Order: sequence, then C-alpha cells, then structure tokens
Amino acid sequence: MKRYSIFSLARNALTGHKDWHKVWRSPDPKPYYDAVIIGGGGHGLATAYYMAREHGLTNIAVIEKGWLGGGNTGRNTTIVRSNYLFDASAHLYEHALKLWEGLSAELNYNVMFSQRGVMNLAHDQHEARDLIRRTRANQLNGIDAEWLDRDAALAFCPVLNGDPGIRYPVYGSTLQRRAGTARHDAVAWGYARGADAMGVDIIQNCELTGFDFDQGRITGIRTTRGSIRTPKVGVVASGHSSLIADMAGIRLPLESHPLQALVSEPVKPIIDTVVMSNAVHAYVSQSDKGELVIGAGIDHHLSYTQRGGFDVVETTVAAVVELFPIFSRLRMMRQWGGIVDISPDASAIISRTPVDGLYFNCGWGTGGFKATPGSGHVFADLVANGRPNALCAPYTLERFSSGALVAEHGAAAVAH
Amino acid sequence: MFQISCPWCGEREQSEFKAAGEGHIRRPDDPAALTDAEWADYVFMRKNPRGVHFERWVHIHGCRRWFHLARDTASDTTLKAYGAAEAPPQFGDNNPPAAEVTAAHPGDISAYDGGSDEDALLREGGLR
Repeated sequence: MKRYSIFSLARNALTGHKDWHKVWRSPDPKPYYDAVIIGGGGHGLATAYYMAREHGLTNIAVIEKGWLGGGNTGRNTTIVRSNYLFDASAHLYEHALKLWEGLSAELNYNVMFSQRGVMNLAHDQHEARDLIRRTRANQLNGIDAEWLDRDAALAFCPVLNGDPGIRYPVYGSTLQRRAGTARHDAVAWGYARGADAMGVDIIQNCELTGFDFDQGRITGIRTTRGSIRTPKVGVVASGHSSLIADMAGIRLPLESHPLQALVSEPVKPIIDTVVMSNAVHAYVSQSDKGELVIGAGIDHHLSYTQRGGFDVVETTVAAVVELFPIFSRLRMMRQWGGIVDISPDASAIISRTPVDGLYFNCGWGTGGFKATPGSGHVFADLVANGRPNALCAPYTLERFSSGALVAEHGAAAVAH
Repeated sequence: MFQISCPWCGEREQSEFKAAGEGHIRRPDDPAALTDAEWADYVFMRKNPRGVHFERWVHIHGCRRWFHLARDTASDTTLKAYGAAEAPPQFGDNNPPAAEVTAAHPGDISAYDGGSDEDALLREGGLR
C-alpha cells in the first residue's frame, strides 16, 4: 500500500494525477477462505480490517452484493456520539468513539472525523430530568457529557429558536463535545484500503444465495460468483439480515424499516455542531459542502423500498423549521432512505447462532454508523476466536430468551 | 407513501393508519408451559420478508378499527385488506402455516373491537 502524504499529493499533482494507484484490488473469489464476511458496508469492512490486523487472519474475503458502502453506510446522517444511558451501550459506543479519534491516522486515510459536539435537546422538564440523568450516567462511565440550561444551549447554538412560545421550546440540552460527524464514504473506503493491503479479498457485485452445512456446521457459501468453502461466516447485512438468516433457517427478532434523510442546498457555514431532538425527531448538522444534513424518523411499517413515505419527511421538516426558523427558505435537494433492522430493545445483536461457524452482527437499527469501528472491532474478535469479549457479551441473541435486554428504546437519546 | 383500502372506510392515505407488525401470531394456549426459547419466539422473533407480508394495521385517524393487510414489502404494493379475524388470502408460498390461522383466541387483539383503542394499542406495544 502506498502511503498518502503531503509529498505523495505534491508528486502526483506534478504528474497530472495520472499515477494514483487503485485503492483496492478487484479479485475473483478463491475456492477457499479461512472466513468470509457477508456485507461490504462500514461494519463489514471494519470487521475484515480488524480480523486481519488484530487476529492475523488474512486469507479472508468480504462479499458485497452491490458496491462498497452503497447501503446504510452511504445513507445515514454521519453522526458519531457515545452518550448512551446503559453501561453495555456506553462501553461499546465509547470504545467506538475512541477508535474514531485515531482512525484517520491509523488508516492513513482521512475519514474527516469532526468533533464538533452533539446536542440532545430537551423540550420540557420531564425530558430534561431524563437527559440530566443520562449525562450523570455518562460521567460515571467516563464519557464526557454536559448539561446546558436554556441560555447556555442557545448560546452554544445561536441559530436555535429561543422563543419560549413555540410548541416544543428549547428547555435545555445535553452536550457531548467529543461527539461529531465523519465522512461516511471515506470510512468504508479507508477500511477497504487497509484490509486490502493486508491481503483481504474484497469482492463486489457478489450476492449470497445460500449456505452449505454439514451436521450443524457451516462448510461454505454459495454466491452469484460461485461456491466458496469456508468454516466461518460473519453476516453484517443490516436491513437485509433477516433474509440471510432465513437461508440458514434462523429466526431473528428484527423488523426492517425505511429510515430517511435529506439534504438542503449548500449554504455558508451556519451551524457548527449537531443538534438532535428526541421529542420532535429531527436532527441537523452541516456538511463540509455546506448542505444541511437532516435525519428523519422511520416509517412504521415493514418495508425494503429504500424510499420511505413523504409524510415522515413533512413531519421532520416542520419540526426543523420550528426549531430553526432561519432555515425556512432553504430548498431540499436530495432525499433518500436506507433499510434499518430494528430489534425489540433497539440494541444490536452481535452473536453466535445455533449454526456452528455462523455469526451475525445486526440490529443496529437507526444508530449503526457511529458504532462502525467498535462494531467491527468486537465482531472481528467474536468471529476469529468464537467467543464474545466483554464488550459484546451483552449483545447475544440469547438475551431475548434470558430476558437480559439492553433496553435502549427511548434511553438512547433518540426515539426509534 | 401509499393508500390502504380500509375494510370499513375504503381507500385512504396510509398516514391515517398505524402499522402494528406481523399478523396471525397466535397467543399460546398455555403460556406457562412454554420454554424460554419458545416464549422468546412468540414475543420477539418476527417474519421479516422481502415480499408478501401479512400484517395488522389500525385505522387510527379514521374508524379506529383493526384489520389485516397483505402487502408486498419490496414495493409497498398493498394486495388485500381483510378482517381482523379472517384467514389470510393466498399470495405465493409465503402464507402463514394453516396451524397459525385459527379462529381468533379470546385474548387475541385481532378480535378486539371496541373499548379504548389506546388501551389496545398500548397493550400491543403499538404506541411507540
């Protein structure tokens, strides 16, 4: 792998940018791999990267039915934070946030991680109590969290509507200063480049069509580009996880819903932080290109359309305009939907399955992007060593029969 | 967004309705006899097909009645709305097994018709 630096940039500028090498290879699938990861999004590529780097597994492949990062990795609002209420979540997301902080340097690839702070607004006293409790829980877990009263919140983000007469007035806000945003495509590309450099085969346009088993063990997979023998398969397929579980005869507690986001026309810098509101379910940040990036809620019916209903966008935009009247004349340029896999407790499933050698990493629902490095890191350990480490142990499939749920519904600072 | 033909009110905007998940899940006859895994299967595990899905909806901003809907989740095409206690129509090979399609159990929300709809929604986790 050729390293990127100011010198390589200058050298390539002088030669007319004709000599940049390909960032990853496009190999044909080999007949055998020590492990195969299904899904070439951020989580899957991160898994492959850490399997190679931390566990020495380099004869592995990532198969992706479309193109790298073309699913939810490229369809989210890029928010990264770790201010979750429960210990299990706080530890996992903080693990991810710490990896985010060193990621560009580690990958030698600029993922544009910007620690611009994330605010979670409270609109009434009850919500404020919940959020203050969450900041205290965060602090006890060593996570930076602050409570801003109304005046401090309006000072931190001056474009917020300070009018106390609106339907959902600003009552206060939490603030995590280390939180922020990252460039979503760069995360997939950076991990792909890093994994490829260690010998991982990244195979795009290759769709899983079935599994081969022998006496309850995985022995291989079938794909649109032929059969591959392998003793270990890690599935990281987000909203399509249930369809893959069906192929293996496993039932998952997941429901797939469209989750929408939209961006405005680009404008000059106006908002230098991320503002989220649970009550009205809207969140806003500004991209480096100047577009406002706005996240909406899920459509409540099950769907694989990657589209979503207009009524959801309408509700979100109405909320955003009330919170930020200054945005009311902006035109929205693009809207899209991703399919998110919602679990009953709104927490991920990072787990072994009843089939030996088959592992699932799914159920991230509406909040998977922020976890990308941490998710890949713990899942790599699980697939490589066949046992969960302390960070991912609470996220087993068995929790739905044992009752030890990680019930982040509502506690996760955003309604699902 | 799509339109749904409510069995009582006719064709209306989807935003008038509330989706309430997979239909035809039968409450166990003897819940106490279930193993933890069977109970988890009843409470949590769900069909999540990309294709025909048989699901429950309530016309929350209309007549407030519950009904079933067969719908293609790949395209959001609505195929057929049918009554709360009716067996699902035949669409492809994705139908619930016949054993699951029995007359509504006394505790089955699909037979619920009247009283406080909000209570019914809360009981079924429909209000989120």
